[in-house]
Amino acid sequence: MIIAERKPIKEIFQFLLPGEKVLVLGCGTCVTVCMAGGEKEARELASLFRLKGWKSWDFTVERQCEAEFNLKAKEEIAKVDTVVSLACGVGVQTLADCFPEKKIFPGLNTTFMGMPVEQGLWEERCWGCGNCILHLFDYVCPVTRCAKSLLNGPCGGSKDGKCEVTPDRDCAWQLIYDRLRKKNKLETLFSIQPPRDWSTSRYGGQRKMVREDVRL
Amino acid sequence: MSVLEETLRRGDFAVTAEVGPPKGVNREAIEKKCDRLRGFVDAVNITDNQTAIVRLSSLAGCLIARDCGLEAVMQMVCRDKNRIALQSDFLGACALGVENFLCLTGDHQSMGNHPQSKNVFDLDSIQLLQILKNMREENIFQNGEPLKGEIKAFLGAGANPFADPLEFRVVRLAKKISAGAQFIQTQAIFDLEIFSRFMEEVRKTGLDKKTFILAGVIPVKSLAALRYMQNEVPGLMVPDFLVERMKQAKDPKEEGVNICVEIIEQLKKIEGVRGVHIMAIGWESIVPEIVKRVNLYPRPKRG
Repeated sequence: MIIAERKPIKEIFQFLLPGEKVLVLGCGTCVTVCMAGGEKEARELASLFRLKGWKSWDFTVERQCEAEFNLKAKEEIAKVDTVVSLACGVGVQTLADCFPEKKIFPGLNTTFMGMPVEQGLWEERCWGCGNCILHLFDYVCPVTRCAKSLLNGPCGGSKDGKCEVTPDRDCAWQLIYDRLRKKNKLETLFSIQPPRDWSTSRYGGQRKMVREDVRL
Repeated sequence: MSVLEETLRRGDFAVTAEVGPPKGVNREAIEKKCDRLRGFVDAVNITDNQTAIVRLSSLAGCLIARDCGLEAVMQMVCRDKNRIALQSDFLGACALGVENFLCLTGDHQSMGNHPQSKNVFDLDSIQLLQILKNMREENIFQNGEPLKGEIKAFLGAGANPFADPLEFRVVRLAKKISAGAQFIQTQAIFDLEIFSRFMEEVRKTGLDKKTFILAGVIPVKSLAALRYMQNEVPGLMVPDFLVERMKQAKDPKEEGVNICVEIIEQLKKIEGVRGVHIMAIGWESIVPEIVKRVNLYPRPKRG
């Protein structure tokens, strides 16, 4: 899922003018699960705005990244001067397209595509490189989880299973090595991975996908 | 053929040294280091923004070294340049007469002095080696298009026998060799036991016959420097008894040189080690003394 975190509260306050009416718009999907922008967080932020003197209330739609859900917030949005969206960056953009006249501010910083590892701990797992090779590395993505995206084995800075770049993070290559060794499949790592075609990743420019079979 | 390649092919024990370019345009900084090293080494490695700190470029450094009468090994890292820039730099360097290249992945930018920068890592060191080898042997770019002219290049790579997972280190070396590494310069060696075990594996797999291995060494000036390397530098292993020796030393600088000399003497005896690479960054002036003490001076004459 998409992981996000709330912007520092001071930054959010700076978006708002004194006396404005503010709607905090939550999103019921990814950011609800990562506890950054769901109904609960939207309610809390709106009450904080009220404490600080703004007129504020909250509303949450199922998914801000799809226009049809945002239209359900039309009446609520019509009542306010400003909307603080607690969706990921995709949701904020969709919302702004739905209500081009409205002042809309992002209340979250979108951080990565990842998973909850423990309660209160999320880690990045996918870059969306557009050319999945997970099966070659026993389902540990070296593109995402190695700080240098190495495809041919660990660099010289792997120590006690940790990455030299961020020592609180696992070395992806130690994980790959250990997992393949357990399965007696180390030989998968002996062949040279050739240079990647990065054109499917965001280096090829903004991406888009067309499915003729499902178009109307 | 480069002096370095010729030395190694002839079977002479090679000596190279690292020269870090300055954080500025003062070419005298390189000239001064080269003047001290001339006659004591077969080639100098010019680093490519090592530890991700901005310095005068590796190619420019190589040309300055040549003006001082020293052959250079141009280091190339994958951190800052994509395959377009790396191939272009390689062509430029070859046209200007650089003959030795060391392909490295490069330290992550977060370790350096511009941690806010983007990185590239379009390629890793193994892929870069493969591309440069194909440019030389097949006369083609990475995309398969032909290139013009004959390329003479002696290609090398780094190797770290001390990083985790230790069991994978020989495999990674094998991949580098099959990608095109004709010579290897290793991470600095303090732990001869682990290095000997590594070399045993190397010999078992016959890799020492497929490439020239130059063992890396660092002369240390102080106890603090050695401790730093023991504790803070991932991928370096410093045994406790060396730290203890430095602690007891009356003259730590002299002891640092003694240790370095002893390590080189041991390395010379290890089958498959074909030279040493002395990384006396910031202490290049000590290299001649070390080379003399290990009886590798004078250097063999060319041809």
